[in-house]
Amino acid sequence: MIHAETFTLAELMITAAARAFADDGEVMANGIGTLPRLAAGLAKLNLNDRLLLTDGEAFAVEEPVPLGCAPEDRPGHSGWFPYGRVFECLWSGRRHAMVTPVQIDRFAQANISCLGDFQKPKVQMLGVRGFPGNSINHRNSMLVTSHDRRTFVPGEVDVVCSAGFNDRLWPEGARRPEIRIGLVITPLCVMDFGGPDHAPRVLSLHPGVSFEEVDANTGFELLRAPDLHETATPTAEDLAVIRRLDPHDLRAGAVKGNPAGIREKAA
Amino acid sequence: MDKQKSLREAVRSLHDGMVIGVGGWGARRKPMALVREILRSDLKDLTLVAYGGPEVGMLCAAGKVRKVIYGFVSLDRIPLEPYFRKAREAGAVEVMELDEGMFLLGLRAAAEGVPFAPTRIGLGTDVLTHNPELRLVTSPYDAEDLLVAMPALKPDISLIHVSRADRRGNVQTDGRDPYFDNLIARAAGRVIVSAEEVHDRLDLTHSHMAQKSLFDRSVVDTVVAAPFGAHPTTAHDAYGWDMAHLKAYCDGARQEGGWDAYMRDYVGTDEPGYLDRVGGAEAIRNLSIPNL
Repeated sequence: MIHAETFTLAELMITAAARAFADDGEVMANGIGTLPRLAAGLAKLNLNDRLLLTDGEAFAVEEPVPLGCAPEDRPGHSGWFPYGRVFECLWSGRRHAMVTPVQIDRFAQANISCLGDFQKPKVQMLGVRGFPGNSINHRNSMLVTSHDRRTFVPGEVDVVCSAGFNDRLWPEGARRPEIRIGLVITPLCVMDFGGPDHAPRVLSLHPGVSFEEVDANTGFELLRAPDLHETATPTAEDLAVIRRLDPHDLRAGAVKGNPAGIREKAA
Repeated sequence: MDKQKSLREAVRSLHDGMVIGVGGWGARRKPMALVREILRSDLKDLTLVAYGGPEVGMLCAAGKVRKVIYGFVSLDRIPLEPYFRKAREAGAVEVMELDEGMFLLGLRAAAEGVPFAPTRIGLGTDVLTHNPELRLVTSPYDAEDLLVAMPALKPDISLIHVSRADRRGNVQTDGRDPYFDNLIARAAGRVIVSAEEVHDRLDLTHSHMAQKSLFDRSVVDTVVAAPFGAHPTTAHDAYGWDMAHLKAYCDGARQEGGWDAYMRDYVGTDEPGYLDRVGGAEAIRNLSIPNL
């Protein structure tokens, strides 16, 4: 496999994020937001042809719909997927969503509802949306475009929208549904919650990033995965697919400053 | 049988303190003409039940809302609703914030006439913390299976925008996604429908499209003719959302007196005037249907 020499951090993140869907089998892959959606499309084309995709509106498709695609260029529909069916699908567990929470904590709990006191928030955001139902019904991955202690918070997120591995919020004596977290992709690394007792850990570091840097920018303790390695860089094929799925380069606006995928060496 | 009323008459049938269900989803197919008529009225202390869009922000901005029951409030492409955000950050409205699916189950329970729907959704999250009225139940078939008892969400009346209706209250809704208008209608059991077109008898003129009906006329109290009545939200397949208008609406929210200006410059005193002020029928008809 030939790895490209120049690519952006966003392209590296898309490539790393696509791997989250590689072993899913026949589930609906829902990447919400620019980079997650490109990751799901890349996964479908290069890693797992069995994935189900939607057009982001109301139809199932067999070919990922490029971002900003003109109506006349849109692929045909293979099925109908209105929101009612999205709920049926997600309640059955046959879905893998990749979302961008505003806050994530060491229990894999995530927040998109509001910041501060729930009764009178400092910042009202979206509300819990589908996070509670997603988190107890199917696998979820996360992709964030900044890696700092405001995103990976110490303690707990302000509003627990997606359930995680936190005893505090589970009623005693209740059987817990299995919480399935896939990958967490950040501008610095790829993480999961696969350590002992679902401890968060770093699986791979992006080129030029040290574990210490990740650690210093994370509000909770991180483990090194036993085979901690460098994040695989995009191949020429990956980049060709990404360019085809994002012809207007919307990905350039996803990560602040649109940095290169391989850092300049410090002078 | 003739259920047609004017917009003004229809809104006059509402009263203070009502729990009002709103059809549509985010910035899609919202009964905005009815909402604007409420903005022009003296109604207050309303509770809104909705997959919320601009109607929630506008009614909050106008001080007409006591409580909002929602899965989200968003303008889709513009993720955050500016006036809802302001109302929340001022602690000005009570909320019941739910998962989108729990919200659906609450409507369904009301539609079925049962007090609650058992679900696992909400377990392990602050949805239970911030809605202390939510109770847990144990499965009668398995003592370790603890479930959330999502209470029935029963609006007093619902407002729903459709593509066409007839005077008897038969309706048809075009577009790719019915959203949950059927449940919003059935949960309340009483609906004011606003329609792009009102016909005498859909069975005589639109029989071939009868499958587009999302609920039957037994739940429809009132039919209102409201051409372009979903603007600035999408009315599939008639016109798309008006992002330029929504952006201006959001910009206004950042300015002192922005809401008063919106009321004066756009909502005004009547719908025909509103249509002129937002660019006219032709301009709205040409708004493209969003493809994401």
